Amino acid sequence: MVTWDWQVFCKETTSGDIISGCFGRGGDITYLDWLFSAWGWTLSVAVFALVVALFVGSLMGILRTVPDKRLVFLGNVWTELFRNIPLLVQIFLWYHVLPSLFTSLRSVPSFVLVVVALGFFTSARISEQVKAGIQALPNGQRYAGLAMGLTLPQTYRFVLLPMAFRIVIPPLTSESMNIVKNSSVAFAVSIAELTMFAMQAGEETSRNVEMYLAVTALYFVSAFSVNRLALVIENRVRVPGMIGAK
Amino acid sequence: MTLDFSFLSWGVVSSFVIKGLIFSVQLTLVAMIGGIVLGTALALMRLSGKRWLVAPAAFYVNTMRSIPLVMVILWFFLLIPLLLGKPLGAEVSAMVTFTLFEAAYFSEIMRAGIQSVSKGQVHAGYAVGMTYPQTMQLIVLPQAFRNMLPVLLTQTIILFQDTSLVYAIGAYDLLKGFEIAGKNFNRPVETYLVAACVYFVICFSLSMTVRQLQNKIAIIR
Repeated sequence: MVTWDWQVFCKETTSGDIISGCFGRGGDITYLDWLFSAWGWTLSVAVFALVVALFVGSLMGILRTVPDKRLVFLGNVWTELFRNIPLLVQIFLWYHVLPSLFTSLRSVPSFVLVVVALGFFTSARISEQVKAGIQALPNGQRYAGLAMGLTLPQTYRFVLLPMAFRIVIPPLTSESMNIVKNSSVAFAVSIAELTMFAMQAGEETSRNVEMYLAVTALYFVSAFSVNRLALVIENRVRVPGMIGAK
Repeated sequence: MTLDFSFLSWGVVSSFVIKGLIFSVQLTLVAMIGGIVLGTALALMRLSGKRWLVAPAAFYVNTMRSIPLVMVILWFFLLIPLLLGKPLGAEVSAMVTFTLFEAAYFSEIMRAGIQSVSKGQVHAGYAVGMTYPQTMQLIVLPQAFRNMLPVLLTQTIILFQDTSLVYAIGAYDLLKGFEIAGKNFNRPVETYLVAACVYFVICFSLSMTVRQLQNKIAIIR
């Protein structure tokens, strides 16, 4: 029924010649070269967005647990805002809307805009988990810290956060895997990542199935590696005698 | 640049946006109902303890959950015509895709729901002479469903947001309706902003409703 043609990956992208060794030399680019470069784009979007999301998400999650009601409100508004608009629409807002409202954003490369969009979108989810992690700790810990004479920031830094972050590692792991998957939405603003590659290379070569299979496999590998990496981190930071410790 | 929303009239909304909104809601409902039915079946397979049922269900769920939705949409859009011999159109293809994709996520929720029902309930069912299907249908599933209702609805809100991804195959959904209106009146910036507001209002009010429901259910239990 279906005949496979895996040699398509060794073709040069403009001339269509099959190149021996499958990796282009000189100015030649094969589909395999393109595939790996697309994988690189997917991973860089995901990694940079994850850094943004972890930073902003933790900050907003912490704000939602402090005594000051105004900061709690700010954290809540942030979370609801970025959680209730579809990612694709958020990416369009960053890519189409904001640069035309604020001209200074026009020189910002679209890669950065997508990273910020994906990062802020995920930060809403991370803020939920960080908040839940902090609230999972007994209130006595906070009071103990304050009673010892620590300031509120010190209480967070030395008492609450070290335990809260350990508690939220499993949900953060699945968020990190989600960010790899969600980076696929960047195709909509022409970032040359895996999904974009699958669509374009599939169309150019008419070998959609092979292209899709390769891309799907790379998504698998990426998400699985994130999962393993997170497991290593989880084991490394485990506190003996505490939650989840062996 | 200054924003100008004056082109937005009831005429524009009814001729471009409503059609898309109806499709988005339709897609959400079809995928929700189909996904919950299929997902419950998958969950029962995974909890059956029979290896020939557990393995395929686990494989299906894990595969679906590790591929980006956009890729799944593209895969089905490519494969359905190959398998059926004729194209189904982006809209029908999206409905099939979302039902099968969401089934994986709903099955994980239903699995947790079924496991949340205490073992004593199952034993009680057997003790009064019920068969396995009867116990499941009359005792376990109603409780599992009720316990998981807020989570199922939250997943449905996520599903509604995800319907915007049919952009990849060009189906006419809510976002597309706004996009076409924006192109026609040369006001893309304004229409994207309005689209974001509409999605926000719908999703935010739904999640508030779910939160209220959660409190209600929690009190009764």
